[in-house]
Amino acid sequence: MQALDNVRILDLTHHIAGPYATRLFADFGADVIKIEQPGGDIARQLGPFKGDVPHPEKSGTFFYLNCNKRSVVLDLKTGEGREALGALALTADLVVESFAPGKLDGLGLGYGFFHALKPDLPVVSLTNFGQTGPYRDFKLTDLTLYAFAGEMYSMGETDREPIKMAGTAALFESGAAAAVGIMGALFASKRFSVGQHVDVSLAETHFGGVDRRHATAIAFQFSGRKTIRLGSHGGGMPHGIYPCADGYVDFTNAGLRPNRVAEMLNHAAWLDDPRFSDPVQRMNPDVIEEWNGHFIGWCIERTKREIWEEARRAKVMCGPMFTMEDLFTDDAFRNRGFWASTQHSELGDVTLPGRPFIMQKGGWELRRAAPLLGQHTVEVLTEAGLSPAQISAASGGAA
Amino acid sequence: MTHKPLEGIRVIDLCVVWAGPFATMLLGDLGAEIIKPENPFVFQPMTRGAMARPPQMLVTNSIAWAGGLPNNEVGQRPWDYNPTFVSLYRNKKSFTVDLRRPEGMDILGRLVAESDVVYENNATGTMEGLGITYDWLKAANPRIILVRVPAYGSDGPYARARALGVHLEAVMGHSLLRGYPDADPSSNTAIFSGDYVAGAQGAFAVMTALWHRDRTGEGQLIEIAQAENAACMFTQAIMDYSLNGKTQGANGNRDVHGRAPSGVYPAVSPGTSATSDDRWIAISIEDDDQWQAFGEAIGSPAWASDPRFSTNAGRLEHHDELDQLISAYTAGQNDYDLMHRLQGAGVSATPVLEASRMFTDPQLRSRGFFRSQTQAAAGTHEYVGPLWNLPETPVEFLQPPVMFGEHNDYVYRDVLKVSDDEYASLKAGGHIATEYDSSVL
Repeated sequence: MQALDNVRILDLTHHIAGPYATRLFADFGADVIKIEQPGGDIARQLGPFKGDVPHPEKSGTFFYLNCNKRSVVLDLKTGEGREALGALALTADLVVESFAPGKLDGLGLGYGFFHALKPDLPVVSLTNFGQTGPYRDFKLTDLTLYAFAGEMYSMGETDREPIKMAGTAALFESGAAAAVGIMGALFASKRFSVGQHVDVSLAETHFGGVDRRHATAIAFQFSGRKTIRLGSHGGGMPHGIYPCADGYVDFTNAGLRPNRVAEMLNHAAWLDDPRFSDPVQRMNPDVIEEWNGHFIGWCIERTKREIWEEARRAKVMCGPMFTMEDLFTDDAFRNRGFWASTQHSELGDVTLPGRPFIMQKGGWELRRAAPLLGQHTVEVLTEAGLSPAQISAASGGAA
Repeated sequence: MTHKPLEGIRVIDLCVVWAGPFATMLLGDLGAEIIKPENPFVFQPMTRGAMARPPQMLVTNSIAWAGGLPNNEVGQRPWDYNPTFVSLYRNKKSFTVDLRRPEGMDILGRLVAESDVVYENNATGTMEGLGITYDWLKAANPRIILVRVPAYGSDGPYARARALGVHLEAVMGHSLLRGYPDADPSSNTAIFSGDYVAGAQGAFAVMTALWHRDRTGEGQLIEIAQAENAACMFTQAIMDYSLNGKTQGANGNRDVHGRAPSGVYPAVSPGTSATSDDRWIAISIEDDDQWQAFGEAIGSPAWASDPRFSTNAGRLEHHDELDQLISAYTAGQNDYDLMHRLQGAGVSATPVLEASRMFTDPQLRSRGFFRSQTQAAAGTHEYVGPLWNLPETPVEFLQPPVMFGEHNDYVYRDVLKVSDDEYASLKAGGHIATEYDSSVL
């Protein structure tokens, strides 16, 4: 058994954050029924595509986000589509949706629709800024979300524009946070028969999030100090990112443990300079720069893997900056079982990251590849008791 | 009185730094009781600050989130009001015990017997050094759920690698996938998105295991290898390599899915970056209709109707030129005004908000996002709010950021029901304290 294999989620989310949240439930056994409108989740239009050719069944992004789910096409603009949704809701433990605020209400499918069917059925809505407030209808992308609500201001060089994270990392953060809120709603329903309309604002998942926004806000309240943008330069022995023989290594905060750093460097003679061990001199920028001159010399003679090995031996905090090729070809990750693979009718054999965490019991499984659009329409709606004619009408003729 | 989703669940927080405390904070927000054992003789760096008693110079020279103490003063109890600590330790309780001594471990074992979850994210080997293993915990409580968050997992050649979130993100590829495409990656600012996802998924993992325990009666051990866990954030780059063998690099503020333009542009600034008074606006155009709307919203300059820019492919090809044209326009605009104008036209645009400006933002005010908390050592301040609104089981900040040893009486007397004699003995032995021992730096 899997831990959540007695949970059914009616998933009306699309794009990235919502589907990532529901994928976590699917990964641990939940029956996640992904409702797609005719034409499909917009994530099907997002690259990378196999062979770089856009195709709704060849998106690597969609694939990653939707493994372990079943896809049902419903035309929610039709009465038959809405009736089918109601039939599915009766069998579900929770509904999650990510339409713009008011969109489902306009279709007669707002919280009241579900609440009338099943009073203890939680409905979780993921929106950009929440269901209320002056920005309720504003658009957010990964870039604008992170710029406004995340800690982008502090990232990059002082005299240049602030810079975002990679890919759509901010949306994945929001998705992970949403999964916890969804789980909260599920527990409240299961334990106390509480149904409720949960309002998750992607912006608030960042304004309240742990990647420094939580602390920069209260630091300002405490001290009046604003956030600065400072690159990663200097300030420690070592601290920040350094070039090496075949790339770069990150030694952020490693200098907090000078004894370990000395051990990593095999107590090189240049470390004997008394200024390098004097606590006051260690804060002197000129002394730091001189120390780093020696240290860069040490780094540049070694590869990132060699440096990491020395750092591990001496318990120094260090991260070699891997490329995707480095990661895919790394034996340690492979041998730990980090990678998973599955087969897909359009993509063939697909390798992707596996378990987000390891449970001894009831844990992660890759039961099925991401669904083709509407792959399970007939299967799921038949289970819900619909006739072939009803299924055809509900799916807008797609099945 | 309303229910809380996790009421009645007790979690022992043996966490350090950010990723673990974030997980237990989310569980506390959902109503679990979070209890943090703390050692008066051992200071955990980067949890309650860099040092127990930092020199004023260190506080003054640190960046705001590390050194922004109330009134910029070290004061008497710096461990109680470090900005990163207070922002992760609401809805939690603290008691003190020295786990390096047998009677301290006995106390922990008795607390484990009364608890549901133990959560730890220490450097690999730390728990074993104290004798805290899953088997030891299970002997105290067969139903216990233990979550461990080693950086790279408990086995393999990297098992003992020391890492903060920033280091394992480097290994997972993030550091080479972000930053200015035209600059050396050594300019990349340290970030901690890995702590975010691992913390959130850690809370999710606990609840998944609780769900499983409700069904089967079984506790268990959960391992979150934080590096592996971070992989989700780099899905596009990972899948591009997986499907196509392509190695993506840093693409700055451009859209990983190729929609153009996407960038961060200068706005009218009341000052310079030297005083954090530079202002910028982020703009994302997702399709041709939005491009047209954008052009109209900024007054239809000739370049906005240049046919070279009418398709996404054309905008992508001429992205550098577009960035210059857009920058020349935005440089004369107020960031908030431009956000309203562009959003009104259906275009995603937001100021790059420096943290202090959050407190005057109308959206956050309208939603009552901030929560006032009063902590005896720090005073009354507005803190950022919860990550979700569950109206029938609301997140409440019932316990302000916890002071060191604030709940000694509660834990020892109410939960563990120690006798007056034992309490006195533990206190005499230094286990029960409300500040770090004077020997701790």
